[in-house]
Amino acid sequence: MMTEADVAARVQEHFGTAVLDTYTFRGQCSVTVAPGSLRAVLMFLRDQLGFEWLMDVGGVDYLGYDERDWRFEVVYQMLSMANNVRFRVKVAVADESTEVPTVYDLWAIANWEEREVWDMYGIVFTGHPNLRRILCHDEFVGHALRKDYPITRRQKLSAPSENILCETSDIA
Amino acid sequence: MSQEHSSTEVQPLPSDLLTINIGPAHPATHGTLRLQVQLDGETIVNAGAEIGYLHRGFEKQAEACQYQLVIPYTERLNYMGPVHNSNAWCYACEQLLGIEAPARAVALRVITSELARIIDHAVCIGTNLVDMGALTNFWYMYNYREKIYDLMEELTGARMMVNYPRIGGVSLDAPEGWLESVRRVMDDLAEVLGEVQGLVSRNRIFMDRTQGVGVITRELAIQHSVTGPCARAAGVNWDLRKAQPYWGYEKYSFEVPIEQAGDTYARTMVRFREMEESRKIILQAIDSIPGGPVMVTDHLYTLPPKDKVYNTMEGLINHFKLVMHGIRPPRAELYSATEGGNGELGYYIVSDGGPNAWRLRIRPPCFANYSVFPKIITGQLVADAVAALGSINIIAGELDR
Repeated sequence: MMTEADVAARVQEHFGTAVLDTYTFRGQCSVTVAPGSLRAVLMFLRDQLGFEWLMDVGGVDYLGYDERDWRFEVVYQMLSMANNVRFRVKVAVADESTEVPTVYDLWAIANWEEREVWDMYGIVFTGHPNLRRILCHDEFVGHALRKDYPITRRQKLSAPSENILCETSDIA
Repeated sequence: MSQEHSSTEVQPLPSDLLTINIGPAHPATHGTLRLQVQLDGETIVNAGAEIGYLHRGFEKQAEACQYQLVIPYTERLNYMGPVHNSNAWCYACEQLLGIEAPARAVALRVITSELARIIDHAVCIGTNLVDMGALTNFWYMYNYREKIYDLMEELTGARMMVNYPRIGGVSLDAPEGWLESVRRVMDDLAEVLGEVQGLVSRNRIFMDRTQGVGVITRELAIQHSVTGPCARAAGVNWDLRKAQPYWGYEKYSFEVPIEQAGDTYARTMVRFREMEESRKIILQAIDSIPGGPVMVTDHLYTLPPKDKVYNTMEGLINHFKLVMHGIRPPRAELYSATEGGNGELGYYIVSDGGPNAWRLRIRPPCFANYSVFPKIITGQLVADAVAALGSINIIAGELDR
């Protein structure tokens, strides 16, 4: 029976100093990595440790949270059904000019999930085929879930998107 | 007409692709989903989905209010089985705080969540069938749903948005005789399911409309993180109630229905059988429900009894502090997942130690389930897309948040 701590130990053993931080709370473990090692870590989890499922991708804005060196994190929730264990990989994103490599070619769900992270936090995913807004409308200015976006700010919507057909055509 | 055209040569009909919009206000989309398709005749050759028409900023709002004030918002996510969302949210908060709800409250959560699963599936099957012209089943299913809403009204005072659970338990104990009413309604379920299944499961028209339609294969399910009945219809043997049991689900004996085909027919059959399994769980939970309180008695997390509030200074201060300053979990982060009606419902909470979540990320099952939709309808007919859409059971509330 593999636990999350075992997974964290394996990842740390394999990637060494590429792991910027590890975190444990109530049996749940996660590692924080730089954008450059994200794909390698996720592929290691998928191919070596049986984490077939990418359950969720979400952003977090740590502006004013604490003294960490990066502002954003993109959080990947992984699940291994074979070993019945979860794991979390977090990418440290220094600021909005830092790009994160896309993983949509590894998991198709990342296409929409990364669009949502971009929509809400303005984090750019390098290599994403269709990085458009997904929940907010195309005319929306700013990124709504950033801590410096006021919750009371309203924006107008004047027209719906013209063409949304690029979904299947650019994904193999 | 010119001389040339009077010869035997036949002009081909125009073969341009036709681009049409389905939704966002189309009756068959059951919500605000917009689909754009390119048609060659009646065959979909290219499809794109646009979401966000029901985006209400749930996650932003959740950052701006205290943990317990998020409870009613969560019920607006999957509004077909509302109470499961709030049960799961309170459970996530309890995990973060490190407290456990009393056994009776947990059993009531199991009962209400399984009732929510039954009505969720009943609505899904009923509306999916009505899209295919089978109106009778719709009445049977909605009629049954009404009985469950009556039960919820008796338990909580509200029918749909019940705001029932609390962090640390549930707000109200079951009234006298309520559990027996639930048992009677469960007895009716077998009859309703028998009637509807009798009408559809070996119905030639239904089978022709659904078998091989909108196939989600196991590989596609993994690629798109499809969970819940849609994944189980594709042979993914995974149910969080079995795999990672919470609320004492390991005590109950039930099966996880699995189908292999992954098509609309398989999804409908999985839902029928899941309703049957939910009924089993509810009956066992009624039989084994313990007595005792329905809220934790540690008033660091729950409001003190009213006579303490009105008659003692400590009680009044306790009440005031909880209402004004909220519950304060440790500075930590946590992902809590439960099995919702449509699949894995996850709450990822980042806490800064204050009364509001620093970040609440919800993993709604529908978001992943819908992302696969443009792929599975490509190459199919428009009418098949409508049948497939109903069987995936997209709830715009949790899709768009």
